[in-house]
Formats: sequence, C-alpha cells, structure tokens
Amino acid sequence: MDLLEAKFKMNYPEFNLDVELNLPAKGVTVVFGPSGSGKTTLLRCLSGLEKAPSGYLKIAGQVWQDDGIFIPIQERKIGLVFQESRLFPHLSIQDNLLYGYQRTQPAERNLQLDEVVQVLNLEALLKRRPEKLSGGERQRVAIGRALLTSPKLLLMDEPLASLDMKLKAEIIPFIKRIENEFKTPIVYVTHSMNEVLQLVDTIVILKSGKVENIGSVEEVFSDVGLREAVGDEQLGAVLETSVSEHDEEYGLTRLDFMGQVLNVPRQNIPVGQSLRVHIHSKDVSLSTAPPAGATSVLNILRAKVDKVGVLDPKGYSVDIELDAGRPILATITRKSLANLNLQPGQPIYAHIKAIKMVHDLEDL
Amino acid sequence: MDFPLMDIEPIWLSLQLAGVTVVILLALGTPIAWWLAQTQSRSRVVVEALVALPLVLPPTVLGFYLLILLGPHGWVGGPVQALTGSALSFSFAGLVLASTLYSLPFVVQPLHSAFESIGKNPMETAQSLGASRLDAFFSVITPLARRGYLTAMVLGFAHTLGEFGVVLMVGGNIPGKTKVISIEIYDRVEVLEYAQAHILSAGLLIFSFLVLVMVYSVNRRLPMQVT
Repeated sequence: MDLLEAKFKMNYPEFNLDVELNLPAKGVTVVFGPSGSGKTTLLRCLSGLEKAPSGYLKIAGQVWQDDGIFIPIQERKIGLVFQESRLFPHLSIQDNLLYGYQRTQPAERNLQLDEVVQVLNLEALLKRRPEKLSGGERQRVAIGRALLTSPKLLLMDEPLASLDMKLKAEIIPFIKRIENEFKTPIVYVTHSMNEVLQLVDTIVILKSGKVENIGSVEEVFSDVGLREAVGDEQLGAVLETSVSEHDEEYGLTRLDFMGQVLNVPRQNIPVGQSLRVHIHSKDVSLSTAPPAGATSVLNILRAKVDKVGVLDPKGYSVDIELDAGRPILATITRKSLANLNLQPGQPIYAHIKAIKMVHDLEDL
Repeated sequence: MDFPLMDIEPIWLSLQLAGVTVVILLALGTPIAWWLAQTQSRSRVVVEALVALPLVLPPTVLGFYLLILLGPHGWVGGPVQALTGSALSFSFAGLVLASTLYSLPFVVQPLHSAFESIGKNPMETAQSLGASRLDAFFSVITPLARRGYLTAMVLGFAHTLGEFGVVLMVGGNIPGKTKVISIEIYDRVEVLEYAQAHILSAGLLIFSFLVLVMVYSVNRRLPMQVT
C-alpha cells in the first residue's frame, strides 16, 4: 500500500516543530489543531515551500526530502490549495485550470480538463475572469487547477476558512467526490471541527508542534484523553450510518447503525446513502434495563460497558466508554454511576437525547 | 506666421536615445527591482540608495563624473578607446550610458513597488503548479506587474527625452550625434530664435502631457488583483 512517511524537525526561538507521521496515502487525512500548533508549517514542509533543517519525506515510494536531498516544489507531484483561491487574475478560468496541466508531462497527465470540469461543475465558468466569480466558485476552480497537475498528493490549507457556512456546505461534497472519483489522497489542514467530521478518514491532532494523536475519527473523538484537543463540546461518538427509510408521517428519517435504528429529523438524502452523525457524550444517558413505561426518547441503543473512566473525587461527572459495535461515550454524574453500579462487560441501554448530522454542525 | 524650416534631426536623435535607453533599462531594471523586492540582505539599502542617487544629484555632478569616467583617460573610456579607437565621451553610445544611469530610478522604482505589491503568493502558487521560477516570472509575475512596466517605460522614456544637463556635459553639442531636442531648444533661445524654440518646446510639452494622460487612463482600466 502507498504510504506517506514524513519526519520534520525545526527549531526556532518562537516555534518548534517535531513531527513524525506514517500515513496511508489514501483518503482524507485531516491535520487538526489550534492556530500556532504548527499545522500550516507542516503542510509547507510537505509541499516543499518550506525546508525543515532536518527532515525526511517519502511519498508512494519516492523520496522528496532526506539528508542532501530536497526536491523543489515545482518538481514535486503535489497539488496545493490555499485559504485564498490565489487564482491568476490575468488569466481566464480555463487558462487558470490549464496552467499546471500544461506544465505536466503528457505521460503523467492522469486527469483531463473535461473530467475535472464535470466533477467540480465548472462548465459555466470557463470563459469568465476570476474577479467575476464568487468566493466558493473561485475555490472550486483553485481545487480543479491543483488537480489538473495530476498530483500524487493534494494538500489543502484551510481551503474553506474564508467562506461562510453556506458556501462551505456547497464545496465539501466536491472534496468528497475528488476522493471518490480520482483517488487522490488528500491532506487537509483545518481548525474547524465541522469540516473534520464530514471529510476525514484519518485525523492527526497537532499540539505545540507535536503530534498528539493519530487515528480514525471514531477513535479520536471518543478518546477521553483527547478531551482538551478535541474540545469539550465535540467529544463523543462519531457514527457511520446509512439512510434506511424516510417516515413522512412523522417527518423523520431512519438511520441504520450496525443493525440498530436511529431516528433523526427528515433529511433530504436518498435511501441507501451514508450519513455521519455525531453524538455528544453529555447527550447520552444510561439505564441498565429497557424502559418499562413509555418514554419520549426515540433513540435507545443497546451497548456494553467497556470502561468506566477515572473518577475525579472533586468532580461530579464521569465518562463511561460504551461498545455498541463502535465506541460511544457517555458522560454521567458520579451519583448516577453509584446508583447504576456499572461493571465492564455489562449490557446497557444508551438513551440518545440528541443527534447531530455532521453537515449541520456549527463551526467552533 | 510662417514656420521656419525645422531641422528634425535633434527630434529623431532624442527619440532614438530614449528608445534605446528604455530597452536597456527594462533589461537592467527588472532584475535589480526583483532582487530589491525579494531580498532580506542588508546590502539592499545601499543598492536602493545608489539607484535613487540620480534623483537628488544635480545633473551636472553626474555629468561631470561621467565625463571623466567615459573620457579617453577614464576607467571606462580609456579601455574602450584602446579597443575601438574612440572614447565614449561626446558619442551617442556615451549618451546612452549616461541616460541609462540618469533614468535608472524612474524604471527601477515603479517595478520595485509593483513586485512588492504582488508579494510572494503568486510565485509560490505558480511553482506549486509545476512552473520553474523563470517560467513563473514571465507567465505570472510580468503580466501582474504590467502597470509597473507601463509606468516604468513611460517615465524612463519621457525622462530621457527631457534630460539636459547630463547630456550637455557628456555628449556636448554635436549635430546629428549628440545634439538632442533639449539642447537644440537651448541653442535656439541663445540665438533668439524664439519661434523655433516655441515649436520644439510646445511639442515636447504636449507630447509629455498626452503620454502621461494615456498612462494614467490605461492604469485605471487595468484590472486589480483578486485573491
């Protein structure tokens, strides 16, 4: 399997970067962290815009940086998308798209203008000038321009940060399509949790120039140890579900999650399509038996207690890790824990009070 | 009023001088301006000051040193005379050299500020798309700097056309060789031929005015950068 191996060390008085990564060079890898954590510097090192004094970089069998080796950026097969679209104002959209394509050896061109124009829906823009485009359109062109160099790796530096929520929602599906249709691995830098949840396969959490954690989004978001990095409001379960039916009478959509059912407000998504949902740990309450009488809680998942979190004698709450096929996190009070007397392996009913579709999540 | 017969030779010579000087200045000024816009080096201020020197020096000072430098016993003129048989002072080549130095700031400064306002991003972006630095310079930076180039060309041309002191010092007043418009005007006034001085002066004035109007109106119409 293609791998991305990277090791960078930079020591500046005001900033240190000491990062070692071994990633599968496929899917979307999100580098997540607060500003100043070194994520943009890491991206600049990967692209060759920055040269770490000590570094090693190997992508799909090719060494791009090592002792005495530094392949300059223009010879690296990378596509770069920046926060601003950086379209060339003196060129039409079509000429912008073709700028990198024309500078790619014909034998190495895996993608053609037509395909990229179709996937990113750029047909109507081709003859226009960059200044006539909306921010979202420009960013789509910038992504297309980078793709047309047939990169081995697409690097995106907060590409949606300057767009509002509506435009973000417009672009994210395109980024997913790139990954599905062109199989170009993407490394995506962001500080926005909303973008992370929708896109990510692998997540790298950076903190003060160091890798704090690497894992799948399900693992990382339900890892109590990462509470600070992920954010208290985000900690919880990220579940991969698929739309199983729409209940028009009650305005609900039913989701299938590992053979169990979740009900959410009616979604405009066709049956069979996948949907990622987020369940905040504080929105999960527990009971040891199914509810005896009627309850207003629609979503109750069967699970097993996996691990009871560390008890802080001063705090009032405790995190319970559950296993419902995928990890789910519940934060309950110490008082409740004493009442329930939970033991690892014990069957449990998780009452889900709120489910958020990841595409509806607000920015941090 | 009947116009006295005009000698068009000084006009033609002035245009030639300005044209050749601008071409040389663009070739010379581009790398200097690019270096100034890019470098972090401390020698940058020295180079900037040297380039700007002709702006503040009296033309006679520049002319005086050039005369010595380019003359038969000068550091530049001497070897040239040994090679070609004649020194550079009182020659068209000498005028071109003097004009190049004299008009250098008028070309370097607009280019410098154009390159600076373009910033690092377009170069980085072009390189990330597979362009070499030279390729990126011609395919992206130059078109983005066209306002700067237009201003540099026009200012360089017009300033060379209008120079007087340096030309007089270095080139003297040799008809057909170094006698340019500005000197011709001076000559006419000296001998009280005001009608001819008027024609040349008014011509130069109108020409300069029209050129500047053109530059400012074109600059206004060129699109600004988008992000």
